[in-house]
Amino acid sequence: MKAFPDSSVFDPLDPATESGHLDAPPRVGFFTDTSLCIGCKACEVACNEWNEVPGGDRRLLGSSYDNTGALGANAWRHVVFIEQRVTTEGPSEPVEPAFPSLSGTDGGGGGIDFRWLMSSDVCKHCTHAACLDVCPTGSLFRTKFGTVVVQDDICNGCGYCIPACPYGVIDQREGDGRAWKCTLCYDRLEADLEPACAKACPTDSIQFGELDDLRARAAARVEHLHDAGIGQALLYGEDPEDGVGGSAAFFLLLDRPEVYGLPPDPVVTTRDLPAMWRRAGAAAATMAVGTVIAFLGHRR
Amino acid sequence: MTGRRQRAEQAMVPDAEFTSYYGRPVVKKPVWKWDIAAYFFTGGLMAGSSLLAAGADLTGNRRLRRAGRLSAAASLGASTFFLIHDLGRPGRFANMLRVLKPTSPMSVGSWILAGYGPAAGFAAASEVSGRAARLGRAAGFVAGAMAPPIASYTAVLAADTAVPAWHDAYRQLPFLFVGSAAAASGGLAMVLVPPGDAAPVRRLALFGAAADLAAAASMERSIGLSAEPYREGTAGTLSRWARRLTAAGALGATMSRRSRPVAVASGLALLGGSMCTRFAVFHAGLQSAADPKYTVIPQRRRIDAGRPIQAG
Repeated sequence: MKAFPDSSVFDPLDPATESGHLDAPPRVGFFTDTSLCIGCKACEVACNEWNEVPGGDRRLLGSSYDNTGALGANAWRHVVFIEQRVTTEGPSEPVEPAFPSLSGTDGGGGGIDFRWLMSSDVCKHCTHAACLDVCPTGSLFRTKFGTVVVQDDICNGCGYCIPACPYGVIDQREGDGRAWKCTLCYDRLEADLEPACAKACPTDSIQFGELDDLRARAAARVEHLHDAGIGQALLYGEDPEDGVGGSAAFFLLLDRPEVYGLPPDPVVTTRDLPAMWRRAGAAAATMAVGTVIAFLGHRR
Repeated sequence: MTGRRQRAEQAMVPDAEFTSYYGRPVVKKPVWKWDIAAYFFTGGLMAGSSLLAAGADLTGNRRLRRAGRLSAAASLGASTFFLIHDLGRPGRFANMLRVLKPTSPMSVGSWILAGYGPAAGFAAASEVSGRAARLGRAAGFVAGAMAPPIASYTAVLAADTAVPAWHDAYRQLPFLFVGSAAAASGGLAMVLVPPGDAAPVRRLALFGAAADLAAAASMERSIGLSAEPYREGTAGTLSRWARRLTAAGALGATMSRRSRPVAVASGLALLGGSMCTRFAVFHAGLQSAADPKYTVIPQRRRIDAGRPIQAG
């Protein structure tokens, strides 16, 4: 049973149709295959150029070759860059960057003792999008492509979408006050063009397409990698049964999601909203009863 | 709460191993400035004050009615300022009433405020001018009826986010917030109204303080790792002061029947306690968003236990 008639809170569905786009085209998205990412950041540059994202000041973070840091108002694509030592027990936690040695640390030669993981992160365009649910002005809306977009002429900078996102994607732009994030190149989709990041990606790590095709392609790719002995390969965000109802942007990862800065089991916060309203109603009733009791017997 | 009890509770939540992307946060810290914590306080104050004014009106307590209506109007003014000032685009505040969305507590809250504000404002204007007394009375009752939702919806506003210390406390926060609202408004009325007229005020303040302390204790016990930010750093300091001031104010209220100075001091303690409660919740949220462990550890545990959250 749906908690709210006009908004998708927690049932599997086609979000565009559910939002009233009756002749919606097939839902589109990104399959980001991180096993193909070379960390070139062409996606970040292409995105910033096409969407006129200011980009902000990029500093060396000192933790890895990443100098963007996180997704935000001025970074709609973010290439994470992880350096791990690899031992016989598997990969380590991310470590500080060093000059890697191609021979084993024991001096015995043979064997690579480190690996780099790279992944281009982006807005997930969730099936159950918390940012869209909590937006009080209707600035955030669902397009006919099933994507989630901010209307910058309506956003009043209330900031509610920012802590609502379980992935920390959307943020407020300093000096501007409004919230900004990936639009999945809404303007390019309208013109039958693929998004700028996917267009610019030289290795096809970022693949754009219809979601059903992408899911089939991803399933085949992960099976291929498992057969090739890369047992750690896993799909993240492709499951329509997960806590956000599956995302339009999903990933093939080579380690656990949290290594890439992704939440391992994200949930749309509005899943619990009906329960929250019930608790708030009970608390309000308690306050009303408390006041009545406070005044009883005091009529003068 | 004693140090010993705290240690025992911390031991129940051992530091777990977890992985993150170079210690960087997963969820974004709210960009809300201290205005929002201040609004939690002034919003509670106006709600409780309108309830006191309506009750006083029904029981013929004119001094308390006047104090309640004026307090409500003053905190309504402050609330309006804080809410608009916090916007990234303050000039677009009217967009809050562009749609009505049940999935957005901020939208629901804006509409409740749009109903409450004029009513509370009219009741206060009628009180000051002495005109339109019957309409003022009706407006006062409308404001009183809308006051409990005003006091509790702000808890949903905070809880309906991915911020661990807020979301995980969604069962307790509404009770903490209405308790804090009752204690604060009772405290303010104890300052403004002579003890002889303040018997219901003292009872409301005691009820509020008890609800506040009980909800805080329940949160501490039942929200697991997300209780930790409420004990640490700025939020921890504010939580401890909230408990001390609220308990002291409540104790003082029971002894203030004949002494105006005791009533004033107790009232100020209750106001301070409520303010500390609101800022403690605010800072606990910021702290829990800034450290990835509060996001990653509970989610990783769900997966490792084979019980990830599933849609449907």
